[in-house]
Amino acid sequence: MSKILNVNQLGKTYTSGSKQLTVLQDISFSIDKGDTFAIVGPSGSGKTTLLGLCAGLDRPDTGKIELCGQNLAELNEDGLALLRNREVGFIFQNFQLLPTLSALENVVVPLELQGKKNASAIGLDLLHKVGLKERFHHYPSQLSGGEQQRVALARAFSARPSILFADEPTGNLDQETGEKVVNLLFELNEEAGTTLVIVTHDMELAKKTQRILRLKGGKIFSETDNQLVSS
Amino acid sequence: MNQELKTQSGWNWVFRMAWRDSRASAKRLLLFMASIILGIAAVVAIQSFSDNLKKNIALQSKALMGADFLIDSNQPPNERVLAIIDSLGGANAKGVSFPSMGLFPNSGDARLIGVKGVEGAYPLYGELETLPKEAASTYQDRGGALVDATLMLQFNAQVGDSIKIGNVVFPIVGQLISAPGTGGVGASIAPPVWIPYHMIDATGLIQTGSRVGYDFYFLAKEGQDLEALDRIVDPQLDIENADLDTHISTGQRLGRSYDNFGKFLNLVAFIALLLGCVGIASSVHIHIKEKLRAVAILKCIGATRKQTFLIYLIQITGMGFLGGVIGVLSGLVLQQTFPIILKDFLPFDVEISLAPDAIFIGLALGVLMSILFALTPLLRTWYVSPLQVLRVQEDSSSAFQLPKLFVFAGILVFIFGFAFWLLGKWSFAFFFVLSVVIVFAILGGIASLFMRLVKRFFPTSWGFTARQSLLNLYRPNNQTVVLILAIGVGTFLISTLYFTKDILLARTALETSSNTPNLILMDVQTDEREKAISSITEAGREVLNNIPIITMRMQQIKDKPVRDLILDTTSTMNRWVLHHEFRVTYRDSMIMSETTKGGDWPAKITKEGYVPISLAQNVADDAEVALGDIIVFNIQGVLMKTVVAHLREVDWARMQINFSILFPSGVLENAPQFHVLTTNLPDAKSSAQLQRQLVRLFPTVSIIDLRQVITVIEDILNKISWVINFMAFFSILTGIIVLIGSVRTSKYQRMKESVLLRTLGAKDQQIVKITALEYLYLGILGAGMGVFLAFLGSWLLAKFVFETTFLPTSTPFTVVLPAITFLVLLIGIMNSRTVIKSSPLVVLRKELN
Repeated sequence: MSKILNVNQLGKTYTSGSKQLTVLQDISFSIDKGDTFAIVGPSGSGKTTLLGLCAGLDRPDTGKIELCGQNLAELNEDGLALLRNREVGFIFQNFQLLPTLSALENVVVPLELQGKKNASAIGLDLLHKVGLKERFHHYPSQLSGGEQQRVALARAFSARPSILFADEPTGNLDQETGEKVVNLLFELNEEAGTTLVIVTHDMELAKKTQRILRLKGGKIFSETDNQLVSS
Repeated sequence: MNQELKTQSGWNWVFRMAWRDSRASAKRLLLFMASIILGIAAVVAIQSFSDNLKKNIALQSKALMGADFLIDSNQPPNERVLAIIDSLGGANAKGVSFPSMGLFPNSGDARLIGVKGVEGAYPLYGELETLPKEAASTYQDRGGALVDATLMLQFNAQVGDSIKIGNVVFPIVGQLISAPGTGGVGASIAPPVWIPYHMIDATGLIQTGSRVGYDFYFLAKEGQDLEALDRIVDPQLDIENADLDTHISTGQRLGRSYDNFGKFLNLVAFIALLLGCVGIASSVHIHIKEKLRAVAILKCIGATRKQTFLIYLIQITGMGFLGGVIGVLSGLVLQQTFPIILKDFLPFDVEISLAPDAIFIGLALGVLMSILFALTPLLRTWYVSPLQVLRVQEDSSSAFQLPKLFVFAGILVFIFGFAFWLLGKWSFAFFFVLSVVIVFAILGGIASLFMRLVKRFFPTSWGFTARQSLLNLYRPNNQTVVLILAIGVGTFLISTLYFTKDILLARTALETSSNTPNLILMDVQTDEREKAISSITEAGREVLNNIPIITMRMQQIKDKPVRDLILDTTSTMNRWVLHHEFRVTYRDSMIMSETTKGGDWPAKITKEGYVPISLAQNVADDAEVALGDIIVFNIQGVLMKTVVAHLREVDWARMQINFSILFPSGVLENAPQFHVLTTNLPDAKSSAQLQRQLVRLFPTVSIIDLRQVITVIEDILNKISWVINFMAFFSILTGIIVLIGSVRTSKYQRMKESVLLRTLGAKDQQIVKITALEYLYLGILGAGMGVFLAFLGSWLLAKFVFETTFLPTSTPFTVVLPAITFLVLLIGIMNSRTVIKSSPLVVLRKELN
């Protein structure tokens, strides 16, 4: 199976005042197309930084990232944006919907960016799948947290991305709503055949993926294949 | 790869997103837009009105002159001038005009009037408006006078009464309502009275020293090239001390003088626009700051930097365009009021029509100024990282210091360009930009300094409400600087008007001491002098000045005859000195308004055969002569060689009888001369009484009542300052809108604070007090700085430009400062009412979302 994400000897350092803070060090792993993958670790272990680097939201200080066959270091800011538009979907802990756009408008933004003609139809179909078709004209401020995250799910899948990055997708939701959202996420993912990368500290959620990468202090602590464990 | 990934969305999506986003921010964007509407309206109204005025002047130039062209001279036309008039087919009408006294025998009242003797059907164009109407065509045949309608009203004279001018009593056959060349300042000091030309001699008013103007009016022949005529004939007349003016050149000259006033008003309006733009910059800064998360989300899901930047640029452009459209429409409505506001300055009716240039300028200003001033905050969208969606990052503003500098330079270039377009001079435009930058920088700097000082020396011992209100001044997203700018600039403009008006009035004000003349008797002939002096002393008053005056012209300057200098087109000499009939006196002392710049007076250096003279510095500069240079004067036919032995700086603005040329005693005593006598009258009543008596005794003497002149000047300054105040009002209104905008922008933040304070136990009264104190600080600081800067600027103006003592009026301190502070306080509290009364639940719900 071909690799969709190749991370090789990745390192990232931040400057805080006069101090250098190493957030990630010597990280290497790869993910096959269609796999589900979890990155776990305690707060401050570098999970979110790693997700940001893999998705091309930030640039590493050392190492190399290949996403969908493209060396991210070779792309400028706009090149990265276009790659994200075509190949990447996102789910965030705090939903990150555009507050001035309705639910449907939020869902169709990635499609519109691609210049798709039937964006609204696709958007409505996705809202139907997440159970919010009737609420398409509602603004984020008129929706509950769970509803907002479902809209975010619809947006993430709308452009049929090759890979989807989810940063603590249930972090801002109560347990019951969180479970519903996770089930929906996996359902949609299976249906679309998308590679799923989840950053979480919720081990129950992580166990639903095929592989788990554990980070500690900015380094890989362990890597587990859930399929092998369960078999 | 990049090529493959090329975005398909294009402009449509960017426009759609700009529209979607502006739906939610519509109220706020409209408020931003309101900041520039008034400024644009003012600029458009003035520009459009100026265009209309120019168009009207061009259309009415013949009626304004009353002829196609005229030849005028301030001496009786000599043979050569008469020959030129004949060669042009003879004049169609002629006139002679001079100031004199008019006496109303019925009431015994007398005052200075502008006499005009007319022969022929003048005005050849336009209307001589009289009441009754037929008087305009019959006064010449009936030997009657047409008397200025206001003057008749003033002295309660009726048609059928009489007016004595010189030695002749004229029946008043009509009221003069309007005529070409009348109106303005001249008509206020010496109201016009028209009489038949052939009766001028009988008045006995044209004699030695009389200031007489001779005019010959012409109708052009069909197809006659007036510009060519001006080019060819005017230089020939120039040598004979006469001029040819065409209706075109006169119209252009008149147009230019109105244009200059219009440009000045336009600059005042432009300041209002600049103020609005500062408001835009500040509001857009907060608007964009709140949109940065949305920008990061868009970038995260694949929008490029250009696309996200364009979304907000389109919003701002749309807002600017809409502001421009509303501003243009308001300006076009506003200009309809200008003929009423400016009626005292316009000698004709102005027809208002659409001025395409003004409309274009309004729209262009709206769009360009909005973009330029919003560009710095807009640049933040370019630099915001998509990583912001995952974690709040450090402020990226340091990344775009260079682009910010370019934007700032662009703003300065634009302001400079606009000022240059208005003023037409690089130096003026430069000083305008410099002044704007200085005032804005000082106000901005003071605001920043104030915030730093409050931070550094925070009065921890103050009560809770006072401390909290001070803290509000430097809260995140505070608008202290922009509010102090808005309040300060408006106050600065208004206060400067008050101060400068006072400087101008102080220059013309009469000293009240009994040694200062306030009544001047002009053109007193030598044989009338003693009798006039005794009339004054018999009335119990003292003759303060008895000044002999001799008229003369320059015949030769250095070694060149004046006639040659007139013909010499390469001469850089200021030409007025070559044509001017100087009124010269002789004395061996200097007076209050004179300061020696070179040499001594009485002269110590003498040159054999040459009379030492003293020249006013401005005359010496214009005639390009220095100490020791020779000037030959023509004193009514007799040539006199003189040497420049003394130079004086003369303060012409002083209400005093000043001379540009002084002769020593013992030279001109026997030359034909007339006299000026001055005296002081304690009040208007005794002044009028003495004037009546003098006019009866000396019908040919002109009397200038300085009290009346001052009243006229005061009246004119009041009218001008009213117009300028009207324009400055736009700055104040813009300041108010910026103030409201800024209060609204920070509304949610204030709401949150208010709710938190109430949750912690603060009473409503305390919250109101915090808000009130905050606006009180802003009002006092902004208005106080505005008044202080105006005071400083006016003091500099008085010291270096007018060279006078600055005695400031108290109005800006006692009225403007408290009024504006109160206004700021009121607006602040009114707009914060919803904040104060907001429900904690609503705020908490918003916070959650």
